[in-house]
Amino acid sequence: MLKKRLMGVVVVRSGIAVQSFDFGRYLPIGRPEILVEALDSWGVDEISVIDISATRRGGPNVDLVRLLSRSCQVPLTYGGGIRTAADMATIVQAGADKVMVNQAFRRDTEIVPEGAQVLGSQCIVVSLDVTRREDGSLAVYDYLAGKATDEDPARLAVRIEAAGAGELFLTFVDRDGSKRGYDLDAARVICAAVKIPVTLCGGVGHPSHFAAGLEVDRVSAVAAANFLSFTEHSVTTTKAVLRARFGADLRLDTYFDYAGAPFEESGRVAKKDDAILKELLFEFHPQDVV
Amino acid sequence: MSDVIRRATPRPSAIRRAGLNVVVIDYGMGNVRSVQRALERLGCKATISAERTTIEGAQALVLPGVGAFGRAMENLHARKLRDVLDEQVLRVSKPILGICLGMQLFADSSEEMGHHDGLGWIPGRVLRIDTKDSGLSLPHVGWSPVDACGSSDLFGRTPPRTHFYFDHTYHYACDRSFVVGEINYGARLTAAIRRDHIVGVQFHPEKSQTAGLKLIRSFLESIPVEGAKVAC
Repeated sequence: MLKKRLMGVVVVRSGIAVQSFDFGRYLPIGRPEILVEALDSWGVDEISVIDISATRRGGPNVDLVRLLSRSCQVPLTYGGGIRTAADMATIVQAGADKVMVNQAFRRDTEIVPEGAQVLGSQCIVVSLDVTRREDGSLAVYDYLAGKATDEDPARLAVRIEAAGAGELFLTFVDRDGSKRGYDLDAARVICAAVKIPVTLCGGVGHPSHFAAGLEVDRVSAVAAANFLSFTEHSVTTTKAVLRARFGADLRLDTYFDYAGAPFEESGRVAKKDDAILKELLFEFHPQDVV
Repeated sequence: MSDVIRRATPRPSAIRRAGLNVVVIDYGMGNVRSVQRALERLGCKATISAERTTIEGAQALVLPGVGAFGRAMENLHARKLRDVLDEQVLRVSKPILGICLGMQLFADSSEEMGHHDGLGWIPGRVLRIDTKDSGLSLPHVGWSPVDACGSSDLFGRTPPRTHFYFDHTYHYACDRSFVVGEINYGARLTAAIRRDHIVGVQFHPEKSQTAGLKLIRSFLESIPVEGAKVAC
């Protein structure tokens, strides 16, 4: 049976991979291609790259796609500045497997069926940013205007599905960089409205947040940007603790799988007992020979 | 001992078929560059082309594909690929690996967005995955374990139930005798097919990390070199 996915998100701003807080503050991480290579080799299930300066610059960052796709052995989705179906085709030609649109869909819903004609609907992901108004009600967030719109996210999700998008990428704006976890109530309401696969993003600070996201019906992937850039082997150790402590059934195929590893409350790998470390002078792993 | 980022990079000398001339068919559908890169990682000389002479000169072919069946067949015809492929695959018996839509094109027909005729190389029909009873999402997207079946060694380099990456809404319905890999998604669905030197996989081995590379290597190992053929 299909496994749910742990997706790594790489946020790029002016060519640098960054951590994002509240959709407005950014801390540099470094070269995006290094982050992509790392996530890939640690066994991530999929990667989404979002260039947040592209729309303002006027078009998609094709060079970035060419650079990142060179070392990426998992599906790579690119979002940022895509305006037309022709842009979508250019991005796929440059090496991306899927394309993501946000603003462009709200401006003209035809971009999805037009893109699907050329690339197939499974290549098209539509991104939906969700925020809560003062009264707690859900609203679609416009990142260019920097504020909530009058639109209801569940209704927009239905339109996205009707237009023929393959997947929905849901970002919880209020949770961005907060480490408070996904907005699960919002997730449930929006997921209940559609039958296409949904990815959740925004707010992960602990593996339990992924676990909670995975429990929501129709969620096909749980994503994080900041969270997966803090530690070495973040993806692998997160998957290991999710399996061991939360019973999450994720794919864990890397030969270094942290099976039986001790974990701290934070979800980080704990130091092994000194006696065990003494035995571990070296380990030979022939299983990963291609 | 620090676990620096280590890639599972195969040494070309370790692969019996190093330097194999493989052509990735370019018909305007799918991420040909990823396929090319995967083949190059395995030591092949991989060329992306739609030219007759290049295809004739290849030791093996790969037919990638992402998108709609109807458009794919149109593109094959528009680039005059139909004849050379039929000739090379059916008469010259050149080994070919079809990926995702590329595999689906081997069928007699597809019901995707109307009725379309396929290449007809492995009897079968491409049908929409039925999720009426299961209520499961479509497309079927993500990593799924594949159960190897039948008599092929295509999955011989990977442990049982290894995961591969899928992204599709339609599946290949055919006689069990051609099926060498299956998955479960509401029902048993075809994950891989084989008829002699014609091999197809519904998933994307070029996007399935190490498992995918191992599978492509299995296919490469089945290519006859200097008259001697190794069983796949």
